[in-house]
Amino acid sequence: MSASILPLTLDNVAYASNGQPIIPGISLAIEAGPSTIILGANGAGKSVLMRLMHGLLAPSAGSVRWNEADPSSVRRRQAMVFQRPVMLRRSAMANVVYALELAGVPAAEREAQALTALQEVGLRHLAHRPARVLSGGEQQRLALARAWALHPEVLFLDEPTASLDPGATREIETVIKAFDAAGTKIVMATHNLGQARRLGDEVLFIHQGRLAERSPVDQFFARPASPEAAAFIKGELPWV
Amino acid sequence: MLSAIAEGLQRVFALDRELWRIVALSLEVSLSAVLLATVLGLPLAAALAVKQFPGRRGVIVILNALMGLPPVVVGLLVYLLLSRAGPLGSLGLLFTPGAMIVAQTLLILPIIASLARQALEDAWREYEEQLRSLGAEGLQAALTLLWDARFSLVTAVLAGLGRASAEVGAVMIVGGNIDGVTRVMTTAIALETSKGDLPLALGLGFVLIAIVLALNTAAQLIKEAAQRRFG
Repeated sequence: MSASILPLTLDNVAYASNGQPIIPGISLAIEAGPSTIILGANGAGKSVLMRLMHGLLAPSAGSVRWNEADPSSVRRRQAMVFQRPVMLRRSAMANVVYALELAGVPAAEREAQALTALQEVGLRHLAHRPARVLSGGEQQRLALARAWALHPEVLFLDEPTASLDPGATREIETVIKAFDAAGTKIVMATHNLGQARRLGDEVLFIHQGRLAERSPVDQFFARPASPEAAAFIKGELPWV
Repeated sequence: MLSAIAEGLQRVFALDRELWRIVALSLEVSLSAVLLATVLGLPLAAALAVKQFPGRRGVIVILNALMGLPPVVVGLLVYLLLSRAGPLGSLGLLFTPGAMIVAQTLLILPIIASLARQALEDAWREYEEQLRSLGAEGLQAALTLLWDARFSLVTAVLAGLGRASAEVGAVMIVGGNIDGVTRVMTTAIALETSKGDLPLALGLGFVLIAIVLALNTAAQLIKEAAQRRFG
């Protein structure tokens, strides 16, 4: 087992679905450290790109390589939070325990670790509530607790606040900052520019399945290098 | 009509011991078949929902088609299998409740497996990415799915129970409607009807409907209570 599974290297990665190219070809490296925001319009290919990185989709061409050869170790050391959290029909705590069980944590330690994770996202008091009757914001925080319990090196987030109200969005962002502070590498897709500014260190701007620009976040918003990014910022700003 | 029903019910309850034996055997046969078909059908359904393999679509189409299998045809096939000269004749099952259970199991297995497969496939569409992200694949994912879709699976099992308790063709052929041995509600109704004792047949019919209704009500109540609890 190597010290870090990062960097993650995408080499000419392409993805097509039913003959329709969604990602014509992307090469990039994700390094440990700065929080990476994947920005782009709806349908730009952000979600597909994250799924290729996380290993949920296999590229049609090119390669996705981690700095670690053992695939089960790679799987174990990363986590993903989806736009719509999928909760199992069991208690909030049991959902976290389930993830710990799959990760190979000994049975005797699972409950304590799950409670710690729930505490971290402020859901300790709802530990025994059925997960599926929690509100949307609470379910998303539970999804973060489930990821937190796994202590991932890399956390992928696919528009985690896209269907939440501003209050819930703030709570989620607080937890994401805590992940960052704890040393987890954040890779987050969003189309919310304010969120990108608040949480990001660097921006990967995706336009029609291509990497149009990669810049530090301040520079990206002040002086976007690509015309597509400039147009996107201008078009999006009124709704931030 | 009403007086015939009243007379029928009176006659049915006058049968007491004989009636309860018929009711008990009906329940024993149909519930055993449901249990067996569930134990066989749910893993099959989970495999079809989760696994991609060559011939999968063919299996699904065949299973769906078999939902409409005529009970008499199933009865005939099981009869041939279990008859003295048949391949399983040495078991001596023909004209016993065991044969009836086998026939009903084969009859409702496609129903339970098909309906469960649909429910599990819908659930899998929702769960797949999350479960794979957490590292659940294959058997583990299938077990998680079965447990999480348990409320929808109740409906599939109830459909099987409905079919088993209502059918007459299969149990008639492989059971033989022998008084005190293989006579169940539906074969008794068929017999009384052919004898012309319509009030008694009608009365038995009402008892059968009442039992099926009671079983379904109980299952529905349990399902709703559990669903309220677990969301």
